[in-house]
Amino acid sequence: MKSLAELQALRDKMQAQMGIRREEELSTRIVVGMATCGIAAGARPVLAAFTDEISKRRLTDVAVVQTGCVGICQYEPVVEVYRPGEEKVTYVKMTADKVARVVADHIVNGNVVTEFTIGALK
Amino acid sequence: MTELSLHVLDIAQNSVSAGASLIEIEVAIDTRGDRMTISVTDNGKGMDGRTARLAQDPFYTTRTTRKVGLGIPLFKMSALMSGGSFKLEGRPGEGTRIEAVFGYSHIDRLPLGDMAQTMAALIAGSPNIDFVYRLSKDGRDFALDTREMRAVLADIPLSTPEVLEFVRRQIAGASEDIVQT
Ligand SMILES: Nc1ncnc2c1ncn2[C@@H]1O[C@H](COP(=O)(O)OP(=O)(O)O)[C@@H](O)[C@H]1O
Ligand SMILES: [Mg+2]
Repeated sequence: MKSLAELQALRDKMQAQMGIRREEELSTRIVVGMATCGIAAGARPVLAAFTDEISKRRLTDVAVVQTGCVGICQYEPVVEVYRPGEEKVTYVKMTADKVARVVADHIVNGNVVTEFTIGALK
Repeated sequence: MTELSLHVLDIAQNSVSAGASLIEIEVAIDTRGDRMTISVTDNGKGMDGRTARLAQDPFYTTRTTRKVGLGIPLFKMSALMSGGSFKLEGRPGEGTRIEAVFGYSHIDRLPLGDMAQTMAALIAGSPNIDFVYRLSKDGRDFALDTREMRAVLADIPLSTPEVLEFVRRQIAGASEDIVQT
């Protein structure tokens, strides 16, 4: 790899920040389905949008994780949100455009975006 | 799938599920031979001959959530549609290698698409697995190797947003320099 010097500079910067970055407990998990069905339906840009939004807002207690097929392929891309003391919320037919709202309303302010959930489809 | 990079993401997820600790992804374009070869090689649990044969059949899966496995058959179909070929090799305990050859200028060849996002998604999803991505076109080449990155990063995880951004930037830059399609 040619660009390791650039990575070295990045590491030094991050290590300097780590000293002041408080280690927080992860409170929220955003789980994106990334099996064949999810990927074909557009899960990759949804995952990228969550990762970007969470990092932009510096929500250090939120984890974005990937999972396989959750068995409801017709509703992919599927995203499940787990918050402490709350029931799991399942968002379906997600797009990158819907992500900012889910993060702002649900992850930050605690208001589920009901119209994007599986319940709204039934 | 609308891009080959989405197939790559899907096929490499199989390697993750198979317990691989090293996954090597290579995209090699040979314009004189009018070929584009994509391979995914892992050191996971591997497949016996029967499983390898069955895996190319859309009605086979070892998953329990759904009865059909489509990832491998779809990738194979994509290759064959472009006048290419498909090979799946593996041995139990020794890992698996999938190689798909595409007709580079064939109108039914899907675009390579966003390999930067594919590699970022893979690394973010499995920051403890090592990935190598190689891209070449007619002798010009690029490589990204998380083992080398890990050596530099020491205790900083590969899944750190800044590191993933670095990965995306490297690969996007290389794609622009090398592929230009
Ligand atoms: N890299 C691999 N290593 C070991 N086994 C694999 C690998 N890739 C695929 N398989 C086997 O082949 C099956 C079919 O794969 P695939 O077509 O991707 O469907 P799915 O992943 O949905 O089951 C998998 O369930 C698994 O048993
Ligand atoms: Mg699969």
